[in-house]
Amino acid sequence: MIPGTFDYHAPATVDEAIRLLGELGDEAKLLAGGHSLLPMMKLRFASPKHLIDLNRIGALKGIREQSGMIHIGAMTTENELIASALLREKCPLLPEAAKWISDPQVRNCGTLGGDIAHGDPGNDHPAVMMAVDAVFVLQGPRGERLIVADRFFHGLYYTELAPDEILTEIRIPAVSKGTGYAYCKLKRKTGDFATAAAAVQLRLDGGVCKKINIALTNVAPTALKAGDAEMSLTGKVIDEALIEQAARKAMAVCDPAEDQRGNRDYKTHMAGEMTRRAIRQALARAKGN
Amino acid sequence: MATTAEYLEREQKLEGIGCARKRKEDPRFIQGKGHYVDDVHLPGMLFGAVVRSPHAHARIKSINKEKALALPGVRAVLTAEDLKPLKLHWMPTLAGDVQAVLADEKVCFQYQEVAMVIADDRYLAADGVDLVEVEYEPLPALVDPHHAMDADAPVIREDLVGKDEAGQGKRVHDNHIFRWEVGDKAATDRIFATADVTVKQAVLNPRVHPCPLETCGCVASFDKVRGELTVYITSQAPHVVRTVVSLLSGLPESKIRIISPDIGGGFGNKVGIYPGYVGAIVASIVFGRPVKWIESRIENLSTTAFARDYHMVGELAADKNGRIKALRVNVLADHGAFNAHAQPTKWPAGFFSICTGSYDIPVAYARVDGVYTNKAPGGVAYRCSFRVTEAVHLIERMIDILAQKLGIDKAEIRFRNFIKPEQFPYHSALGWDYDSGDYPTALKKVLEAVNYPALREEQAEKRTRGELMGIGICTFTEIVGAGPSKNCDILGVGMFDSCEIRVHPTGSAIARIGTITQGQGHQTTYAQIIATELGLPSEVIQVEEGDTNTAPYGLGTYGSRSTPVGGAATANAARKLRDKARKIAAHLLEVSADDLDWEIDRFKVKGVPGQEKTMKEIAWAAYNNVPPGMEMGLEAVEYYDPPNFTYPFGAYLCVLDIDRYTGETKVRRFYALDDCGTRINPMIIEGQIHGGLTEAYAVAMGQLIAFDAGGNLLSNSLMDYFLPTAVETPKWETDFTVTPSPHHPLGAKGVAESPHVGGIPCFTNAVNDAFAHLGVTQIDMPHTAFNVWKTIHELGLDNRA
Repeated sequence: MIPGTFDYHAPATVDEAIRLLGELGDEAKLLAGGHSLLPMMKLRFASPKHLIDLNRIGALKGIREQSGMIHIGAMTTENELIASALLREKCPLLPEAAKWISDPQVRNCGTLGGDIAHGDPGNDHPAVMMAVDAVFVLQGPRGERLIVADRFFHGLYYTELAPDEILTEIRIPAVSKGTGYAYCKLKRKTGDFATAAAAVQLRLDGGVCKKINIALTNVAPTALKAGDAEMSLTGKVIDEALIEQAARKAMAVCDPAEDQRGNRDYKTHMAGEMTRRAIRQALARAKGN
Repeated sequence: MATTAEYLEREQKLEGIGCARKRKEDPRFIQGKGHYVDDVHLPGMLFGAVVRSPHAHARIKSINKEKALALPGVRAVLTAEDLKPLKLHWMPTLAGDVQAVLADEKVCFQYQEVAMVIADDRYLAADGVDLVEVEYEPLPALVDPHHAMDADAPVIREDLVGKDEAGQGKRVHDNHIFRWEVGDKAATDRIFATADVTVKQAVLNPRVHPCPLETCGCVASFDKVRGELTVYITSQAPHVVRTVVSLLSGLPESKIRIISPDIGGGFGNKVGIYPGYVGAIVASIVFGRPVKWIESRIENLSTTAFARDYHMVGELAADKNGRIKALRVNVLADHGAFNAHAQPTKWPAGFFSICTGSYDIPVAYARVDGVYTNKAPGGVAYRCSFRVTEAVHLIERMIDILAQKLGIDKAEIRFRNFIKPEQFPYHSALGWDYDSGDYPTALKKVLEAVNYPALREEQAEKRTRGELMGIGICTFTEIVGAGPSKNCDILGVGMFDSCEIRVHPTGSAIARIGTITQGQGHQTTYAQIIATELGLPSEVIQVEEGDTNTAPYGLGTYGSRSTPVGGAATANAARKLRDKARKIAAHLLEVSADDLDWEIDRFKVKGVPGQEKTMKEIAWAAYNNVPPGMEMGLEAVEYYDPPNFTYPFGAYLCVLDIDRYTGETKVRRFYALDDCGTRINPMIIEGQIHGGLTEAYAVAMGQLIAFDAGGNLLSNSLMDYFLPTAVETPKWETDFTVTPSPHHPLGAKGVAESPHVGGIPCFTNAVNDAFAHLGVTQIDMPHTAFNVWKTIHELGLDNRA
């Protein structure tokens, strides 16, 4: 539990951070909340020669609304998400899911951007980002580019983020009337990653499901969009039989790895069960809106 | 004449036995002012870090230290070759075997100690570890103990090849350690041959590991000029450590000082001598500088004393009314690569023979075979009372299985088999003499408190709807307070314990005891014993333990022995002082000692109101005005060799609901009634019960030291090794009865391990009970959501029609 030697950098601006990242190259890692990176360094699974700490960059923090989109700085902490009245009103799935992340100490330091950019399928935000149609702002020496969450995650610890880029902001469309949402997560204990989890956001119009996003956590090398399941519900009046069918379709896309949480069969079944529960809860909430 | 109110006030002022006074230890702990081994910083201190094996079984072809030694700040890399000239590359274990300090030519479990890097700071030591190059030739690993004695099993201990014993009797295979048998096999077999009903079941107590907040570690400091060695160490038995270090090092015991400072939880993990300690001590002697070694959490879970790994097959023979006639048990015990479990030397299976439990079973037979596997050594740890956990687990599962077969209620079958209150003292079929107990009263009280019949009705109703609800009962008997020297020793030292009390002239006192608190609150409870016995307020009684230069020799704290043995020594030492005080009082009051009555905090002349001397006054006189011929001072020492063990008991009941789609278990209610005889501090007892139940919950519901087929550890961090938080932990309801021990000076028994010993089977009985109506007889622990779901899924209970 003793990390190797490294140099520590604390830039004050995004530009400075990008410049450092360019100069130091592969030997540098960005430090956000540190709750994934630092344990990996202590176990010497990761031994970066340089840490670039983003915590002093004020521009990377904060939550605001701008023409129907919610803009969230990548260094906004989980507890800041949970405390945000704006998010509770305009993007309620996000603070709800954040409450399921680890424990209060971790949520004090852990950040939205760090959770996303790490590319760990066990993290909760990747699936949530897919469910809320998030767009990520990536900044690098060549400027800024935007990418939708669905296209960001490529594999285990492997994302669209280039080595010289920083994820600076997350943009999420504010929800409209008739929207329901839920994040259902099965975990062994407080602080654990999901055995399986499902993020659902849907919109009803006259009782008919106009749009639904279903995304799954920790049942494949990346967070997964359950596209067939979504299609099977879109344009329908959702009932128990359809929910069951959608859960089966969600299970069909799972490709989990066996570990101490369970074997592939169990995790796949749990992805189905979390999907059922999340759709039911989202539906009930949409009807209440 | 004093009024009743005045008596009461005087008594309350003492805060003696029975008072729920707050713990004296807590102000320093909650303010971060505790002083643990890792808080010890000595001038010129070096740091050790251990190079560990990545393989479960491999030959060491070469060790190259060059790169590590080239790193500035690395002082040495110790290997078996370096320890050989000192004959310290192997060390004796408490179980009669030997254990490699640093791997000698081969490694026998993953994470085994291969080399120790000594460096100027902890970071450099870790960097040095990375630079030591070890070349291995992997060998087939033996992981499943059921295959340990196969003809073609890989031989783990080449050092023992050809030897027909490994310190605990005859062995029959190179991977066999011992066979231990107890009871009347022929008579047991006869009863089984003709019994109305028999049941047989394989029951597993999986490998688990205690998880004290503080891991193991030490600071060894050798003074070359004085030739004195001081070791600050996380030890539950510092005096035994001193003896062992003296035997190993050749230093006179008088030149060795072992200090156990504040200990952050032990649970049996801190009884043995570990290679890291030896390495630090050797390095300190070589360099003449202090050397610190502290385990990481992963090292702790991977190497130092684990618990259980008992693969048991239980059998009961009974008549058709469920009255048990005989018990037969066969156990395969996985001891890992070295037989290094910490327990009384003559007991290779600990006190497993308490497995007849709380029941009047006329005939019994038990056999335990210990085997080597490619896993870390240990087995006796974790609030276990020396294998009592396994014994209680077995009998409490078996009686449920018998009830299930006969269709008898699980509470009712216990009432039919309990040892009756009038049968005490009770001699068990496997040789133990139970001191006292009242089992039916305890169980009745619990059943009434939870309205048991209503719970069974609710369960029956839920079952019609396919819902899973379990009710677990456990009525356990513990055996604690090791122990009488006629039964128990460690490396030949009898398992007595000791107390020395000095009363100062102004009426305060210091007491030193041979045990060592690790969270049990000894500084509080021992003072309460002395307060009541001596009539001095517990507030002015200092209790010190853990420094072998000051405390009298004792065997330490484990196996719930502190109150049964150390507490008895304390009471008796105080009584010696009170006898002397009586003589001084008689002298001061100019009467005969026989004319005095003791009353709370003073001696009074019989029938003469106002003629009295308080203990405080007597303490002053002890230093200036004693009877002619008497020594001055007020001091006493007691070495207490208990005449018997104490047998605390309890009745526990657990109600839980299972989510049949996820396998998650929710404990709805847990009611724990404990009887530990006289209760010294009820608040501390309740705290012990809460802690023990929480650890029992952890073991039953999630903990497992898991290996893959190659012997690689799969659960050696707190990511995968289940340590429940307040969120997961159920609410505990506690209750008690009081059945004093007839042989203990205070009537007290041990208590700390009862909730663990009794709690684990209670949880597992509840989970099994949830499936009992479906014909399931045994689901082994841990009852993780995944494991429970597997049973559900196999039975098709999660089908959505």
